[in-house]
Amino acid sequence: MNLLLIAFDSEDAVTCAAFGQSSNHPFDILQLTGLPATNLGAGKVISLDLPSLPPADYFAAALKPIAESYDRVAAVSSMRGKDALPRLAGLLDWPMISDITEIVDEKTFIRPILAGSILTKVQLNHPKAFLTFRPAGFPAPNLAGESSVESVSPGWKGTSKRLSESLSEGGRPDLATAKVVVSGGRPLKDAETFENLVGGLADALGGAVGATRAAVDSGIAANELQVGQTGKIVAPDLYIAAGISGSTQHMAGIKDSKIIVAINIDGDAPIFDIADYGLVADLFDALPELTQKLQK
Amino acid sequence: MKILVPIKRVIDPYAKVKPLDDGTGLNLSGVKFEINPFDEIAVEEAVRQKEKNPEIQIIVVSIGGPESEEQLRKALAMGADEALHVETTDQLDPSIVAKELTAVVKEQNPTVILLGKQATDNDNNQTAQMLAAQLEWPQATFASKIEFNDGKANVTRETDTGEEVLAIPLPCVITTDLRLNEPRFIPLPGIIKARSKPLTKLERQTSDQPRVEVLSYTAPPTRSAGKKVATVDELIAELKSKGALA
Ligand SMILES: Cc1cc2nc3c(=O)[nH]c(=O)nc-3n(C[C@H](O)[C@H](O)[C@H](O)COP(=O)(O)OP(=O)(O)OC[C@H]3O[C@@H](n4cnc5c(N)ncnc54)[C@H](O)[C@@H]3O)c2cc1C
Repeated sequence: MNLLLIAFDSEDAVTCAAFGQSSNHPFDILQLTGLPATNLGAGKVISLDLPSLPPADYFAAALKPIAESYDRVAAVSSMRGKDALPRLAGLLDWPMISDITEIVDEKTFIRPILAGSILTKVQLNHPKAFLTFRPAGFPAPNLAGESSVESVSPGWKGTSKRLSESLSEGGRPDLATAKVVVSGGRPLKDAETFENLVGGLADALGGAVGATRAAVDSGIAANELQVGQTGKIVAPDLYIAAGISGSTQHMAGIKDSKIIVAINIDGDAPIFDIADYGLVADLFDALPELTQKLQK
Repeated sequence: MKILVPIKRVIDPYAKVKPLDDGTGLNLSGVKFEINPFDEIAVEEAVRQKEKNPEIQIIVVSIGGPESEEQLRKALAMGADEALHVETTDQLDPSIVAKELTAVVKEQNPTVILLGKQATDNDNNQTAQMLAAQLEWPQATFASKIEFNDGKANVTRETDTGEEVLAIPLPCVITTDLRLNEPRFIPLPGIIKARSKPLTKLERQTSDQPRVEVLSYTAPPTRSAGKKVATVDELIAELKSKGALA
């Protein structure tokens, strides 16, 4: 049973090692960009050292000969992982299991369906498979040993061309791994109000900013901030939901948070059914007050 | 130009679904079914492209039980020209669906395959990418804007860090994200009128068995309602006592 973890960058390598160590199988890491993560217990780190990530067609064609020699190939279920891994699975004609939250044994896994309202136990009936997993289910990896580094330069083949790309702005922590997340919903009115109220509280707490689909669709928040079934899955120590009703689709993305705080003007909003602390209040009063009191 | 839009019949995304008591399946009594919302966005996008370029022909295809005809009829009512129904009650997984779609593509020779990024029942997000790999066509997943020109598709796609624009040559596979469009509402008479549009039944072309099997279905651990606090100060005090605030 040998496992290859595909890490898109050095930060991703740490999350990959968490899964690798939890699996109790020896694992290698294939790292596309950044300094090779040699202290995470991998047998070896296959380093591609690319200046930027290739589009999925290049990625899959180049990685196919490397992936082929493993029994399991896994990656974080980020949007880049979801884009590229199934293509590789298609090229090799292996089955794939997405969004694993728990490893039962080498053939059996737990994964959510229907926006997290059901958990399924699934079993592989094939010797080889691709997997994506959700970071929240796997504890931070131990530092371990000195892995060898193998530098490879695969042949690149594809026809897609990237014309432009927005890169992460930095400044705030990454939403998917942040310890504190402050999210806002539809009532935030416009981008400036959202940034001032939700962004302001997030900054006071050193946290990341999230949003509902309703907020993103109406142009109040950027698309990469969407949390939920079809956005990012978060699992911070503290999640603050302001002006969010608590739809199944949004809750699918926040269920693994340690403490959920809801601020909503409607005392009957479904978000209060899962919140550890609920404040029935107008967010236009509560958020600035909270920010001001926490900044001190 | 021919656009093929594969669509899936799924449990109403707003339904509250529970597992059966013995965990062997889902309790679907009284649950409604819809076109997978992302596939509906794909149909809408194809229709909008056709409104700009009347030479576009739109074929929708669904692989599934007899009931899937309902979703195909709705897609026809939205503006698709023709429907194909690979009728089967077999258990399927994304890789089987991709293979069946490959067989349809070989017959139909579409220029573009446009489909949802994921189905909201099994949330797999695999079929389109597997299909693109099998056909060796380029792909653009999670599209929020699509423009066709000069034998190319320029696709704005949602990424972990924002957006990127990919130019991919045709033929290609594109998957839709939520921001691409808002599907039109089709009143019931529209669906009845679409009954005159052609719907062809097909048989499965492969005999693969699913390679991922669901052993059991359970409800996830529930979070329960916590405590209501009356003021911001009380909230801060509670969070401090839990160590959640410094
Ligand atoms: C296929 C599909 C996928 C989806 N994926 C996602 C997803 O990934 N993520 C996601 O979030 N949604 C998703 N949705 C959408 C989801 O169903 C909800 O529509 C959305 O989450 C609602 O966002 P909201 O809570 O901001 O808005 P609303 O439901 O409109 O709630 C707004 C809340 O704000 C409260 N409020 C109003 N004014 C104030 C005030 N002044 N102070 C305090 N509170 C106030 C209201 O009481 C209300 O509870 C998806 C839907 C579908 C069909």
